Amino acid sequence: MAYSKEVMDHFMNPRNVGKIDGASGVGEVGNPVCGDIMHIEIDVKDDIIQDIKFQTFGCAAAIATSSMVTEMVKGKTLEEAEKVTNKSVAEALGGLPPVKMHCSNLAADALHEAIKNFRAGGESPISIARDCCHDQPDSRCVKIEK
Amino acid sequence: MKSVYMDHSATTPVDPEVLQTMMPYYTEIYGNSSSVHAQGQMAAQAVEQAREQVAALINASPSEIVFTAGGTEADNQAIITYMTHKRQKKGRHIITSAIEHHAVLHTCEFLEKKGFELTVLPVNSYGLVEPDTLKAAIRPDTALVTIMHANNEIGTIQDIKTLAHISHEAGAAFHTDAVQSVGKIPLDVKELGIDMLSASAHKLYGPKGVGCLYVKKGTAVGSYLLGGAHERNLRAGTVNVPGVVGFGKAAELAEQRMPQTTEHLNHLAKVLTEGIINNIPDSRLTGHPVHRLPGSVSVVFDYVEGESILLMLDHYGIMASSGSACTSGSLDPSHVLLAIGLPHETAHGSLRLTLGKDNTIEDVNYVLEKLPPIIEKLRMMSPLGK
Repeated sequence: MAYSKEVMDHFMNPRNVGKIDGASGVGEVGNPVCGDIMHIEIDVKDDIIQDIKFQTFGCAAAIATSSMVTEMVKGKTLEEAEKVTNKSVAEALGGLPPVKMHCSNLAADALHEAIKNFRAGGESPISIARDCCHDQPDSRCVKIEK
Repeated sequence: MKSVYMDHSATTPVDPEVLQTMMPYYTEIYGNSSSVHAQGQMAAQAVEQAREQVAALINASPSEIVFTAGGTEADNQAIITYMTHKRQKKGRHIITSAIEHHAVLHTCEFLEKKGFELTVLPVNSYGLVEPDTLKAAIRPDTALVTIMHANNEIGTIQDIKTLAHISHEAGAAFHTDAVQSVGKIPLDVKELGIDMLSASAHKLYGPKGVGCLYVKKGTAVGSYLLGGAHERNLRAGTVNVPGVVGFGKAAELAEQRMPQTTEHLNHLAKVLTEGIINNIPDSRLTGHPVHRLPGSVSVVFDYVEGESILLMLDHYGIMASSGSACTSGSLDPSHVLLAIGLPHETAHGSLRLTLGKDNTIEDVNYVLEKLPPIIEKLRMMSPLGK
């Protein structure tokens, strides 16, 4: 499996890693059972994402997409950020290996959860537990509720 | 950049002495070993010498060695042709273990789909099949027990002698996938009581695409590939003469070098294992602490994912492997790590460093210098743990 130069750059030198003190919105997607969790925190003022940080457990694609999404929306309005999709993140990274498009490409979802959480008043973060298979049906699939 | 290869359970480089032995069989002695003429007879002689060399490594008779295109083919042939052989009248039940290589597991599952019955034995937390577990599973219609000698991921070596004995007491044949152990640890098929054994040349500094199936005289095994009468009717297809010659030489060298290599690998593995476990918090060795392959270091780190570890190591020229889902090509982490009782999230953070004869203490120290900061960097990025 070959990753693009952009993926390797964001993986080896991830941007905006960490947490935000008093974040105004927090989102998390993924599941440790699957090997991917993306946690995103945003600081929003006047409808603009002033700051954004991420923490990710996962493979290079998971880390690179998280890093990329933070770069794509920092300083943007919430409306603009909501238009970012998993697909556009992958495209910005010069593409992902096909096998990674499902399991490790959830960074935009985490961002959207953070925005949703902000709009709901920034109450305790909503954690979205996903099964490992997403849209790939598999009888061995484990569903974990947090 | 420094390059440190620590993935010898995946494959090994061909030993220069092995390659040198193979070379004339491409351009000078190129005959088909089935041909009657001088070229053919020279090739046939070389194949027979290689058969003796491979047989000597496992204390078999040369006539009990069937050359194949690798370990996977040998596993397929042993299991499928034994279970479907007309002389095999014991029954339709197969027993295997949960930590087998897919070459065995998927072959057993294939037969199960075709109407055979399959029992997959669990292993304990060290990855050992407990003798009582086998005793409890064995039935009057159990025809075959297939349990690997040494595990490719965690290095655990099974008590094959006891397991084969239990199988024989119940009248079942015993096959072992010994791809990881042949040439690395002493292996005597007579002493262990093995009926069929699979081996592969490229794990012992031989070429890829060559292996063998040991078939104890009288065992009901047939040809798996249909065609000519090669290998005494047990493996159709023109013999890969240079490959087989290389396998023979590699087997001879493995036997000669085993005492020194084992001592060297045990020393390096000890330093590497202790260096990792003592310097990286929340790290653990997987597999058996003592009954394991020389040079096999398998560990798990909490809160990080294996593919990320591998890519960062690769950035520094260190080549290793992992049983995380991302590296297994499926959505689940390694079935071996799950079978020894590791939770999914821990199994995703596995790292396997398998040392070879050419690794040095400098290589080990280099890994011990680079690995801890990598784990720390990935943990800083991880939402798990703290």
